Amino acid sequence: MASLSAFSIALGQTPAAEIEMADALHQNGKIYVVVAVVLIIFAGLVWYMIGIDRRLRRIENK
Amino acid sequence: MNWIKQHGWKALGVFLVIHTLVEGFLGPVPRLNILHETIRNLYFHVTMWFAMMAILTVSLIKSLSYLNQFNLEQDRWAAASAKVGILLGVLGVITGSVWARFTWGDWWANDPKLNGAAITLLFYFAYQLLRSSIDDEAKRARVSAIYNIFAYVMLVVFLMIMPRMYPSLHPGQSGNPGFNQYDLDNNMRRVFYPAIIGWILLAWWMVTLEVRTRKAETNLI
Repeated sequence: MASLSAFSIALGQTPAAEIEMADALHQNGKIYVVVAVVLIIFAGLVWYMIGIDRRLRRIENK
Repeated sequence: MNWIKQHGWKALGVFLVIHTLVEGFLGPVPRLNILHETIRNLYFHVTMWFAMMAILTVSLIKSLSYLNQFNLEQDRWAAASAKVGILLGVLGVITGSVWARFTWGDWWANDPKLNGAAITLLFYFAYQLLRSSIDDEAKRARVSAIYNIFAYVMLVVFLMIMPRMYPSLHPGQSGNPGFNQYDLDNNMRRVFYPAIIGWILLAWWMVTLEVRTRKAETNLI
């Protein structure tokens, strides 16, 4: 492990573990809340678009 | 069966975007300095521009078709595509600005790509203004079709040619590794390419809704 860090530093690279990412959110499952919220909002927008599509079809078929 | 032919592509677009949203947040991404988790913005900011290119190219083709055949239907498609294309461009600029704030430290940079994108959008805003200033249908169609060609050429110049000529901070320009072999790994490609298709399909759905709405409006008058 230490030799890996030394190797990375020698190459001028930051060891992967030191780069901050949202690991906590992935580990404690809160990332799923983010995804759920985004999907719900998207579902709402799609529902709206389907509604417009249906209404237009009704007008066109008259 | 008929439903699939008529609406299958819309469902595919919705499915692909849902896939993008889920994998966008849950999928593995390279751990890179400065970018951190914002690299996931690739699936949203960059895809907006790809979709914009596709939709505005269709707009150009419809304008050229109109000048060839003078069918007002084609003008309606050109106008609707331009409208949605502008929306995609605006979303691209806004999302890019937010991304810049958190990675470069500022909402905007005096950068060829960024300024080029803004100028391109101004050209297309002018297209909208031009259209709204002419009442006669045929004249409006003809003038805006000619302008659309000009605007597209300007897009190519300001978004694709000019940024490559000068040093730029924007990824993908002037030797920045920019989201290809160094930063964009196969995990991301698996999400990125379907995402482009998904967003384009959704954008096209919006174009068809716009055209059908205009048609319904003119039929009612």
